[in-house]
Amino acid sequence: MRTTGPEGSVTSDVPEAGPRAEEPRKLEARLTDADRFYRAFVAAGAGTTLVLITLIGLFLLNGAWPALKTSGLSFLTTLTWGPDGEPPKFGVAAMMFGTFVSAAVAMLITVPIAVCTALFINEYAPRAVRRSLTSLVDLMAAIPSLIFAIWGLFFLVPLLAPLEDWAVAQFHGWLPLAEASATGGSLFNAGLIIACMAIPITTSIIREVLAQAPRHECEGALALGGTRWGMISSVILPFGRSGIVGGSMLGLGRALGETLAATLILSIAFEIKPRILENGGITVASGIAIEFRDAQELGLSALMAAGLALFLVTFAINLLAALVVNRKPAGARA
Amino acid sequence: MTVPEVDQSAAAEAAPAVGGVLEGVQVSCWFGARKVLEGVDIKMDAGVVTALIGPSGCGKSTFLRTLNRMHELVPIATLAGSVLLDGHDIYGAGLRLTEVRRRIGMVFQKPNPFPAMTIADNVAAGLRLTGRKVRDRDELIETSLRRAGLWNEVRNRLGAPAGGLSGGQQQRLCIARSLAVSPDVLLMDEPCSALDPTSTRRIEETILELKDQVTIVIVTHNMQQAQRVSQHCAFFLAAEDEPGRVVEQGPTEQIFSDPHDPRTADYVNGRFG
Repeated sequence: MRTTGPEGSVTSDVPEAGPRAEEPRKLEARLTDADRFYRAFVAAGAGTTLVLITLIGLFLLNGAWPALKTSGLSFLTTLTWGPDGEPPKFGVAAMMFGTFVSAAVAMLITVPIAVCTALFINEYAPRAVRRSLTSLVDLMAAIPSLIFAIWGLFFLVPLLAPLEDWAVAQFHGWLPLAEASATGGSLFNAGLIIACMAIPITTSIIREVLAQAPRHECEGALALGGTRWGMISSVILPFGRSGIVGGSMLGLGRALGETLAATLILSIAFEIKPRILENGGITVASGIAIEFRDAQELGLSALMAAGLALFLVTFAINLLAALVVNRKPAGARA
Repeated sequence: MTVPEVDQSAAAEAAPAVGGVLEGVQVSCWFGARKVLEGVDIKMDAGVVTALIGPSGCGKSTFLRTLNRMHELVPIATLAGSVLLDGHDIYGAGLRLTEVRRRIGMVFQKPNPFPAMTIADNVAAGLRLTGRKVRDRDELIETSLRRAGLWNEVRNRLGAPAGGLSGGQQQRLCIARSLAVSPDVLLMDEPCSALDPTSTRRIEETILELKDQVTIVIVTHNMQQAQRVSQHCAFFLAAEDEPGRVVEQGPTEQIFSDPHDPRTADYVNGRFG
């Protein structure tokens, strides 16, 4: 900082020392060229991501505008999808409901299984098994979702049908389960298949994070006479909390956007059906995939609007997750 | 959090009258195919602080970790011989692994409080880990912190995260945490090596205050420390490409003033290591 000396003419590099520093001084540093170059380089990378996301959002908003103008707020509350009808009547309510329910089912199945698998591999599996299990999980994460969808459609869903029928017969009336059909095109089944797709990647990330838990803290827990589970619950899980949320969010992202499984499994129905074993339902992604083929001009715009809604919801959920992860007790691990 | 004033008799009652007797019998250790320790016989008596000294890599920390079954946490680690706690083999089927570790506590080289927990929760962590219940949790926390010489510094911030304490305070918190599960023996693996002189002195005072209640075994690189806190001393040494052995052991005073082995004399007088 250049300051003017008491005489008013002498310039000096040294800031004038006041009687007492009333506020922190400004800190400056001269960067080397290399520093400047790398800073610009990584900033460009980060900037590109931001620009891409903004462009996608703008593109969707631009495409969705005619439809949103036509439907107004009823876009959020209408169940049916008839944008090219006369008069046009359409909304995302049923699709959003289906998306949330199938994603919630998927997450309720995925997260516990992923955490348990990760803990088993890291803490309980014999060393010989550990490495092969790890590669197996990573390999599963690379299987295309189409394979999972077909496997679910032709194997898992028929296999579970008797069990689901039994569950419906038992709990009919007081649980949100009813009238499972032979085809099993229910939101629950869609969620189940999506869970199968999400489990490998979620497990892989959670396992990676939990393996980073500081060994000396683990030993501290064991040295107190703790059981392995005691060590896991007092050291490993608190340490890995943000990783568990992060891994789950990636899984959830997959669940919210999963198109193939929902398209193949679900019997299409633009309705809100709180009984999750009941045949029929629709999600935003599968709705877009199905309606895209026959869409006219306003129809396309309406699908853009549905895409925009999904985009915003995904964004909001990730933001929420970031808040959860950052909410740490003060003074805890930096 | 309010903590009731503790009456001294109750505090004394909570502490065991005297520590346990720990004895290593012909303990040998391997990491994979490499033998790092051979035929160690040391008796660690109650009411006595035993110091394990020797240059780096001589196997003294390895030996310490065999004493509460932490050695086997390393996947390729194996051992021979036995360790007796009050005459019972801790590697035998008669004692549960978690019970062995509860009765033989350990303080590590680097303070390792649980950073996500409060100070009070750290002290009481052993209760949850061992599934024990106490009548008065607050009293146990105060007693343990007092025994570790930390109470006065933290009494007003028991609910604060343990990560905010200084290194020396964290180490004493770890001692308090170990004491809270009422161990018979406390193993200390260079507990002061990461601490400043003042904190070191506080820990040493704590050791001397505790020695009548808990048997203490301490690994240290600090010769003055070994002289200040221990009454029994064992000198470990490993020749090149050979496993570590106990060269000499005996009363600390004799080891330092009149060692029988010339290698001991060289080491305690700072001529190598």
